[in-house]
Amino acid sequence: MTNSPMARPSSRQSVSSPAAEGASMRMSPEAAPLRAAPGFLKRGSGPVPGRRFLPQIGGLGLVLLADWLVSPQFFALRLQDGRLFGSVIDVLNRGAPVTLLSLGMTLVIATGGIDLSVGAVIAISGAVAASLVNGGLPVPLTIIAALSAGILCGAWNGLLISVLRIQPIVATLTLMVAGRGIAQLITEGVIVTFVNPSLSEIADGSWFYLPAPVMLVLGMLAVTLVLVRATALGLMIEAVGVNRRASELAGIGARSIIFLVYVWSGLCAAVAGLVLTADIKGADANNAGLWLELDAILAVVIGGTSLLGGRFSVVMAVLGAWIIQAMNTGILLSGFPPEFNLIVKSVVVLVILVVQSPVLGGLNPRSLFCGRGR
Amino acid sequence: MTDWEGGGSALLEIRGLSKKFPGVLALDGVDFTLRAGEIHALLGENGAGKSTLIKILTGVYRRDGGTIRLDGNDICPTDVADAQRLRIGTVYQEVNLLPNLSVAENLFLGRQPLRWGLVDHRGMRRRAAAILADYGLSGVDPATPLGHCPVAVQQVIAIARAVDLSAKVLVLDEPTASLDRREVEMLFRVMRDLRARGIGIIFITHFLDQVYAICDRITVLRNGRLVGERRTDQLSRLDLVTMMLGRAMAAGAPMRRREAVARRGVVAFEGVGKSRYLHPFDLEIGAGEVVGMAGLLGSGRTETARLMFGLERADSGRIFVDGRPVRLRSPKDAVRLAFGYCPEDRKTDGIVGDLSLRANIILALQARRGWMRPLSSREQEAIAQTFITRLDIRTPDADRPIQYLSGGNQQKALLARWLATSPRFLILDEPTRGIDVGAHGEIIALIEQLCAEGLAMLVISSELDEVVSYSDRVLVMRDRRSVRTLEGTDITADAIMAAIAAGA
Repeated sequence: MTNSPMARPSSRQSVSSPAAEGASMRMSPEAAPLRAAPGFLKRGSGPVPGRRFLPQIGGLGLVLLADWLVSPQFFALRLQDGRLFGSVIDVLNRGAPVTLLSLGMTLVIATGGIDLSVGAVIAISGAVAASLVNGGLPVPLTIIAALSAGILCGAWNGLLISVLRIQPIVATLTLMVAGRGIAQLITEGVIVTFVNPSLSEIADGSWFYLPAPVMLVLGMLAVTLVLVRATALGLMIEAVGVNRRASELAGIGARSIIFLVYVWSGLCAAVAGLVLTADIKGADANNAGLWLELDAILAVVIGGTSLLGGRFSVVMAVLGAWIIQAMNTGILLSGFPPEFNLIVKSVVVLVILVVQSPVLGGLNPRSLFCGRGR
Repeated sequence: MTDWEGGGSALLEIRGLSKKFPGVLALDGVDFTLRAGEIHALLGENGAGKSTLIKILTGVYRRDGGTIRLDGNDICPTDVADAQRLRIGTVYQEVNLLPNLSVAENLFLGRQPLRWGLVDHRGMRRRAAAILADYGLSGVDPATPLGHCPVAVQQVIAIARAVDLSAKVLVLDEPTASLDRREVEMLFRVMRDLRARGIGIIFITHFLDQVYAICDRITVLRNGRLVGERRTDQLSRLDLVTMMLGRAMAAGAPMRRREAVARRGVVAFEGVGKSRYLHPFDLEIGAGEVVGMAGLLGSGRTETARLMFGLERADSGRIFVDGRPVRLRSPKDAVRLAFGYCPEDRKTDGIVGDLSLRANIILALQARRGWMRPLSSREQEAIAQTFITRLDIRTPDADRPIQYLSGGNQQKALLARWLATSPRFLILDEPTRGIDVGAHGEIIALIEQLCAEGLAMLVISSELDEVVSYSDRVLVMRDRRSVRTLEGTDITADAIMAAIAAGA
């Protein structure tokens, strides 16, 4: 567990102020999900789209407020060497891998599935990138190869789940386990380090005053949004997630759609893998991206997409990832040990699950229609 | 109400059984008597209350009123295990045993013979072999995993297990639904043996031939009420069907009849069938023609629709659209061919509950266009509004999730979903089931109107008067086979019932 991106020492760990002031911080991480939770209740019940996501926005606001209380310089930005610096930028930057994962994960969860293999896919794409760049392959080709590896992993998952109809949690669990082995085979069991400024640029560089990973997130977010909302794909993903039988009967090719979302998840994981590999200038098959799939799932759930599948919001999942990262950063800034962070995150998951529980009385509209005798 | 004479002594006596679900009275004062050593058919259409009665008897539901006496003692089963202790065994259509365990383990699950505190596998197998031989299954190795046995053998093993748990009352809930003729015979042999041993068997089935082949008595339920109990040898098939469908034979409402429709074959099915699913059938439906389909539950009506829409792959026959042979292997193909299908089970197969009314209406059209060519939100709104107005769908707005609309409005939305694709052929499976009277009439009027607009339609319905009123032709189904086609003035409720009831 100590290998979560927060706890792992990394060159991007640039928390500027070791501020220990403000124990009031303790409140904020819990406040966020409590506020976020009503989003599930409202899901599908209110025709007012704007209000559906108020809880998430409010939650992020609360966490940021707490961060500001902990560290008054939290919102301070300064321009240096053509790049913005500051805690807010830091949150976006270090949250980039999970944010990238959450893009693909949202679509997967919207179909009623789950992808546990993304952490392992990060390791694979990182191993491919580090090994190939050390072998002298030009950087663009290296990147293409790493992304292809991710797409291939996603296609494998998609094949198992859409064609062979294996349960998503089991199918992706196998790759979650096997993927680390594959990555180790690629790196031949050692941490492959490299010196290549162009490849490192993916993590260290800055484009348009922002760190490269943040730009990658925004880029991938835009592409994902175009993919699902400028086409009918989003509607079809939601339809399949809510009722696969009815959707197939209406002529939707549920199989291709499910295949596609896992491919997309694989691709997003590969991009995240490139960011993490470029960051540490090496590929660690054992630890790269370890447990990140859980953060990504959490981000999606905080973003108001139900694990039962159905209506989703990519933007809100990104917001969810930022909430998590703002929480992490806040705890670091407050001087609490990082272990505390893991516990807080678990409490968050628990609160969300409890709020979703159908036992709590018709909170989830769908529970009203299940399990009733005829 | 019961005029039975002789027979065995009453083993199970149910009197005045009632069960209420929110909004429905599933059982309303039902009486049922089962005697030792008889096979008693429990019959009725969907919603008649058969499953509710069985579920109360086996402890799945609690009753709201009435008494159940077994061997003269009042009983109140609290769960399935309790019912078993009371010596009531049940075998369902889907065998609810464990396919990955061996035949012997399934027979002795939860009561394995022990030896020094461990399961005595050898002893268990030996005893299992003896039981199997009893049931004429000496060819089955007790060590084979149950899942490797044919369904019929699994059924018999489930029965053997239930009886070996010392059942006095055995409930067989559609055990023959997925068996072929030879397997049914095997099951019947077992049932006759058990009858001879004095066990009372409640047999639920949709196959009337089987009722007449093996049952001593018949009890018919309809809409949660007892219609009557009769001895099989004193009840004609026609009377039985009348009891089940509840229609006075004199019913023959005057109806609109289009004389001599020019049957320009829009869609033609030639010898389309699937083994163990539906016997091959021929059907040609022309533009502006409504073909009604009648038959009892389980007669193959929905199966026909599913084959026609590519939900099941036919293993024989050819399909033509406008005289050209077409490929139909999936619903996607069907949608591409401009077919539409409103399924019987709106909730699981029809609506996409969490999505808006608008999304539900445009779903099939969007699926046909493919994901690359999305309908703009303005187009979506226009289509949705057109059909909300045209079909008079009552909703505050098109954004309302469809699950919050009433059944009738959901049904209209599903119709709208297909009409938006400008279909040439529309299949409606029980379009008026479970919707209120007002919407009922509107749907019927819509069928007439769509037909006048040149749509070819196949309408499946249990409501015979309805079928008679809108059909140009009526196909009668029985035992997974199309047995009769009625045309023109031959279409009457009487004729349909006679065809349903006719012997094999």
